Amino acid sequence: MIRIILPPHLRTLAQLRGDVELEVRSPVTLRSLLDALEVRYPMLRGTIRDHVTLQRRPFLRFFACQEDLSHESPDAPLPDAVASGTEPLIILGAIAGG
Amino acid sequence: MSKVRVLAGTRKGAFILTSDGKREKWDVSGPHFAGWEIFHVKASPVDPNRVYASQSSGWFGQVIQRSNDGGQTWEPVGNKFAYDGVPGTHQWYDGTAHPWEFKRVWHLEPSLTDPETVYAGVEDAALFRSTDGGQNWLELSGLRGHGSGPKWQPGAGGMCLHTIILDPSDPQRIFIAISAAGVFRTDDAGKTWKPINQGLRSAQIPDPTAEVGHCVHRIAMHRSRPQVLFMQKHWDVMRSDDAGDSWKEVSGNLPTDFGFVIDVHAHEPETIYVVPIKSDGEHYPPDARLRVYRSRTGGNEWEALTKGLPQQDCYVNVLRDAMAIDSLDKCGVYFGTTGGQVYASADAGDSWAPIVRDLPAVLSVEVQTLP
Repeated sequence: MIRIILPPHLRTLAQLRGDVELEVRSPVTLRSLLDALEVRYPMLRGTIRDHVTLQRRPFLRFFACQEDLSHESPDAPLPDAVASGTEPLIILGAIAGG
Repeated sequence: MSKVRVLAGTRKGAFILTSDGKREKWDVSGPHFAGWEIFHVKASPVDPNRVYASQSSGWFGQVIQRSNDGGQTWEPVGNKFAYDGVPGTHQWYDGTAHPWEFKRVWHLEPSLTDPETVYAGVEDAALFRSTDGGQNWLELSGLRGHGSGPKWQPGAGGMCLHTIILDPSDPQRIFIAISAAGVFRTDDAGKTWKPINQGLRSAQIPDPTAEVGHCVHRIAMHRSRPQVLFMQKHWDVMRSDDAGDSWKEVSGNLPTDFGFVIDVHAHEPETIYVVPIKSDGEHYPPDARLRVYRSRTGGNEWEALTKGLPQQDCYVNVLRDAMAIDSLDKCGVYFGTTGGQVYASADAGDSWAPIVRDLPAVLSVEVQTLP
């Protein structure tokens, strides 16, 4: 199971109390993971990536295994530790006040 | 006994304020959607329990929420606002071409006849419509495709379509206003549009009387007289007696004719309200005194309404969607401030009291009169 940590506002929007756990077919990429997340929680469509371009929203970051994956290709395989569920993928709002 | 329900959108959530017809004691619920900017909350006039809310965030974009129980519970619905075709460019602040980009929904206007139909005015300026309760949105692209789009430009708040008025006497006719483009009208339910800005004069554009480019802040109509429109422009309060075909200034004796809100009395179509703001560079009341001005003559002759409002050291603003009027007798008038107060008058503006004092900055206020 893949583990995803969402920012609090998106957890509230999706009516989640904790982290997300998802089955995602191999190879696990950002695209396949976000596709699966949006199928399970359709209210998240458009809040992490653009509806049309599927580009990451500019004030969001993707972290895992102490690495910033925000600028990786959406089709690049995620680290094995994420694919195996050992480490979560963290979706994080950029530090931008508010 | 009748009830009223005030729907307030703020920088950090929505609040619902309810009272009986006396409008003296209020219950406050919220924040709904805590932490999100709620640009607008508005209920269907044919199903008062159907409420729509525009929820947005610089991080997470746009969400539309829908309630079927008067705002007690909500469900997110569709949030895909895709422009029809290649959206092209508008003017940036310096006059250069800038691509059209969707940013947020400023205003939601439910249909006068069908609770499943709702219009959305968005930034960058365009008009969308949903006929399935907000699940799917289609642009009425005849507006943006009118041909003048490359001359539209953003105001300080962005290039927003902020006002939508549905003509109660003619389902084919809609008025919208864009900052900074002006007012447009369709007479064929949104297929084609024409700018209706004749008589406006704006020093902020190269040709002060140009067909488009005017920073209209708000327009208002009394449902009994859909030919008569009132406007608070960036500067100037204006009036049209021919459904927008021509405008004349009615600022009269106002202490300043800059401001954002304008609204019409529920039962007296010649009685209108504005809140003068000092200037476009100083977004607070003149003399630091918060005053609503009322005209009983459709403009030109204005009286200051001050009872119960702060008359010293007041530096709040009242934004364009933040005034509403109920239909009780006497009608109630409501407005919200960037300081987080929502003021109510149960006597058509003669006296005022805050319903709440310390909300986040108020972006919008609507009111429902309920049986």
